[in-house]
Amino acid sequence: MPNNTVHTASGRTLDELDIEAIRAGELTAKDFCISGETLHRQADAAEAAGYWQLAENLRRAAELAGISNQEVLDIYNALRPSRSTYDELITLADRLENDLHAPLTAAFVREAAEVYQERGILRNSYETISSEACSCR
Amino acid sequence: MRSKRFEKLAERPINRETFIKPWPEVGLIALDSPLDPSPSLKIEAGVVIEMDGVRREEFDLLDHFIARHALNLDVAERVMNRPSHEIARMLVDINVPRAAILELASGCTPAKLVDIVQQMNVLEMMMGLAKMRARRTPANQAHVTNRKENPALLAADAAEAALRGFAEIETTVGVTRYAPLNALAILVGSQTGRGGVLTQCAVEEATNLRLGFKGLTSYSETLSVYGTEDTYVDGDDTPWSKAFLGAAYASRGVKTRYTSGTGAAALMGHSEGKSMLYLEARCLLVTRGAGSQGTQNGSISCIALPESLPGGVRTVLAENLIAMMLGLEVASGNDALASHSEMRKSAKLMLQFIPGTDFITSGYGAIPRYDNMFGGGNFDVTELDDWYVLQRDMQVDGGLVPVREEEVLRVRERGARAIQAVFDAFGFPPIAEAEIETAITAYNSEDIPDRDKVADIQAAQRLLDGPLTAIEVVKVLQEAGFHDVAANVLEMQRQRVIGDYLQPSAIFGDNFQVLSVLTDPNDYQGPGTGYRVEGKRWSVLQNLPQAWDPRTYLESLGDVEDGTWLEEIGSAEQGDQPEVVVALGPAFGVEIDHTIGGLDHRDVLSAMLQGIHDEGVPARVVRIHHTSDCAFIGHAGAQLSGSGIAIGIQSKGTTVIHQRNLAPLENLELFPQAPNLDLDTYRQIGRNAARYAMGKPTAPVPVRIDNTARLRLIVQTTLMHLRETQQIERDRPPSELHVLRE
Repeated sequence: MPNNTVHTASGRTLDELDIEAIRAGELTAKDFCISGETLHRQADAAEAAGYWQLAENLRRAAELAGISNQEVLDIYNALRPSRSTYDELITLADRLENDLHAPLTAAFVREAAEVYQERGILRNSYETISSEACSCR
Repeated sequence: MRSKRFEKLAERPINRETFIKPWPEVGLIALDSPLDPSPSLKIEAGVVIEMDGVRREEFDLLDHFIARHALNLDVAERVMNRPSHEIARMLVDINVPRAAILELASGCTPAKLVDIVQQMNVLEMMMGLAKMRARRTPANQAHVTNRKENPALLAADAAEAALRGFAEIETTVGVTRYAPLNALAILVGSQTGRGGVLTQCAVEEATNLRLGFKGLTSYSETLSVYGTEDTYVDGDDTPWSKAFLGAAYASRGVKTRYTSGTGAAALMGHSEGKSMLYLEARCLLVTRGAGSQGTQNGSISCIALPESLPGGVRTVLAENLIAMMLGLEVASGNDALASHSEMRKSAKLMLQFIPGTDFITSGYGAIPRYDNMFGGGNFDVTELDDWYVLQRDMQVDGGLVPVREEEVLRVRERGARAIQAVFDAFGFPPIAEAEIETAITAYNSEDIPDRDKVADIQAAQRLLDGPLTAIEVVKVLQEAGFHDVAANVLEMQRQRVIGDYLQPSAIFGDNFQVLSVLTDPNDYQGPGTGYRVEGKRWSVLQNLPQAWDPRTYLESLGDVEDGTWLEEIGSAEQGDQPEVVVALGPAFGVEIDHTIGGLDHRDVLSAMLQGIHDEGVPARVVRIHHTSDCAFIGHAGAQLSGSGIAIGIQSKGTTVIHQRNLAPLENLELFPQAPNLDLDTYRQIGRNAARYAMGKPTAPVPVRIDNTARLRLIVQTTLMHLRETQQIERDRPPSELHVLRE
């Protein structure tokens, strides 16, 4: 991908990401985050090469690019076996769709909720969340 | 009764392995379990309603995921109806391009994939690998860990591994809380050795993800998938949680690869009676369905389990092939200790090494086995030269480049000093000068001073929880004067923003050039196509530090200007008295002054003459000019000998006792192993020749047999013989020599 067309999630161009700017304290880790736009373009490239599942993954990634580290970790843990009730997953999906602008991820979570329910790997509402599941900072 | 040979066999390393008969009901079967389903697929209104004999109502987690995400339903029915052997033949048909196979495989169910590869023997599967590997250029991955979790040693080892050409380096921990420091150490070390090496720290997923968020790692292959629902859940994940995790890594510009392999489900007690290969095919479809660009497969840490079963190694190759048919980047195992037997280990390796895979090992111990925290590792740093030689022998690229010791020492020091500077700037427990010095030259972590573990763990926690990221690493490296390392770490961060290395099979070549399926697709279609070891790369791979120029050896043989101890006194005459003629090769004592065994020619000749005289027989010395062949030298001498007996000797020391009436290639006694001959033997040869001349009954000279002599010295033998042959004067008759004593 040509360098002059890439922007970071913070809107900088690649050319701005140089050592002098780092030394001057002008750049932070946020300036080195891949943007959703770039991930969409990588998805298009993957799809054109026949990698449609990778493309879907990169499109979900594009949605997650704007979501905080902590929230991403929380969603991951919610999707692990027996961590969430059906309703919790549906609530999560709604939030992804409506608040976090992540419709593809939302659909993915809804699909998981349906399958988890069918396969009996949801947390029953009477179970408390294990301490391990809460340990994520 | 016990056979001594069977006793010896029982002691062999191969017999420390466990070999069992298949037990399909518990999954102890490599492939073709009676409980494996036959391929089937039913689609109604764009929805899979039956797959591999299971109806949708009975789908487990994996079936649901595969049916929804893995299968290309546009081609599925067409492919499923096609005989498996036809597709298997297409895999080895050079006229069928990789893309055609990818399309067919995209519509295959797990059982169909298995059915296809089951048609193939290992040679055909290797052909399949050569064609189906995603990236054109093969590569390799290293393990860098140590028992003391010493950051200076980690950085030095990572720097060396990078210099040796590993495209990816992974570390892990003994104590989980060290992970951030270990990730940091190999990041800094690797970028010292070669910019663009991808690194990861294999720890629990949530921690791993946080390391990726910070830019301390650039790839992750910890995303385990399992072949049955129960193993998946025991692994505390589902196909959906794992797929989400894959997207999470990608959202931070981190490359990921799933990991799975034959044997895992059986080991975890949930095989459902299915064969290892069938379950692995399910894993691979989940991997593809989740949108992973690749997989680490090839049984991995379970390798000894399929290897305990018939067809196990073939099965492991088959799983690599299925992964490639699905278009996945494959880091193809050969990482966990696979055998006690060096022969078995190497033979197994060749299945991936010869055709080439994206990563021939998914972790080569670039450290001693003692320090390998990935369970010891299959190959280690002491076997690197074996690897280099195999590359050179077969003109195969195993992903590594030969290095010089001084260059290794240089990058090790620089890597260790760079991490020292980072620790210093971050206020982490200081890395002492003694750690640097020992890390440069260390064999393993026993050579390194201990560190304050409590303080290190506290620093690791600060790094994980606090604001420090790879950007601060760049800053402090730059300020400490490690400009090149800072630039490389920075470029790794810039590449995360670009994301080109999220595409399948991506590694960085020189100058951060991305080699992936998009930029470097495998285009193998038979001889003369695809990746070839040639040109500059071949020069690099063949130029081992141990390889020497044979021209220099010829110079060292000595141009004996003072060869005047053998004075030529005219043409040799036909003798008519009882005598032994000693016939010397054309270069003996002139162009060459010692035998291959290092004996001075004067001493050798003296010993033979002494032996002849001991028996009271006169001796005469002649030089043969027209041949350098030992038998013909002896034969020519015998024609001149009054008794018909002669000793022929080449400069390298090979000796024959000849007799006039024998054919040239016959002899009385032949001493072909010149390196094993000592002066006593030469004296005994003289005595025996004298006894033959007198017609006395004579026992052959006993000689020491060392069957490795030819192996050790065949090059030197060739060069000595070359020098002797260069002295041949075809038309010149033998000369009579006078031996001058000093």
